[in-house]
Amino acid sequence: MYEIIAFYLFSSIILALFYIVVTTKQPVFAITALASGLIFIGGLFFLLDAEFLGVIQIAVYSGGIMALYAFGFMFFDASKDIEERTSANKLPFVLFVLVCVILNFLLISPKIALPKPIVEIDTNITNAHQLGLELFSKYLLAFELAAILLLVAMIGGIMLLSSKMDKSWTTTPDDEIKADS
Amino acid sequence: MIGLEHYLILSVIIFCIGLLGLLRRKNLLMLFFSTEIMLNAINLAFVSVSSYLGDITGQTVAFFVIAIAASEVAIGIALILLWFKKTRTIDLDSLKYIKG
Repeated sequence: MYEIIAFYLFSSIILALFYIVVTTKQPVFAITALASGLIFIGGLFFLLDAEFLGVIQIAVYSGGIMALYAFGFMFFDASKDIEERTSANKLPFVLFVLVCVILNFLLISPKIALPKPIVEIDTNITNAHQLGLELFSKYLLAFELAAILLLVAMIGGIMLLSSKMDKSWTTTPDDEIKADS
Repeated sequence: MIGLEHYLILSVIIFCIGLLGLLRRKNLLMLFFSTEIMLNAINLAFVSVSSYLGDITGQTVAFFVIAIAASEVAIGIALILLWFKKTRTIDLDSLKYIKG
């Protein structure tokens, strides 16, 4: 009973918030609605017995990624609003409904027998424990590659935005650096 | 009782809301918000299938999707900021005049 109530409550809130994100003209409303919608998706993860991913969702998405967006936000001129498309305003909505219906049919109508699980969920150990076992045994290479990907993204972000990265700060004399900056 | 279908339908609707945002918005930052919404819809589908199949692999994939989303945001924000420094606008139409 509680599961049903929680599911419908969370899903209606999520849909309303995400609809606000894609339609509002105020960027600050959009960022707030997106952050809270992501927290409610974390709530759905808790409902599905995926506690670890729920915590990751709240910490990484609503904490990290949203903070990054908020910092990026400060550099833009948010007061100047951008004209949205008005001429073809109906077409996106029609496409939205059509894609929705088609994808629903694709996912729901065939009653395929569910395949056998590859790695069954063990109820004796916690969710985080089992995810850790899986990540560090079967998906170790993918895990390391994800770490390298994050490192590359970090270095790329720094390189793109900072000027004078082509200069070596250790070989140029101090007074030259001071004169430049 | 809430079945797998409920979660899949919800994730499809969230995905389509993201798609609607991609089609409608002209603010480059809002396009990034829409991609976040779509990635989250996929994550929700992965986790629900994982939970109903009794298979932990779906949750592992969702974990990697979160990692990829984080790196995508870092690079994307840097690129938008670079574009903003150059043209003082984040309107999508300003990319029309891009020259190679």
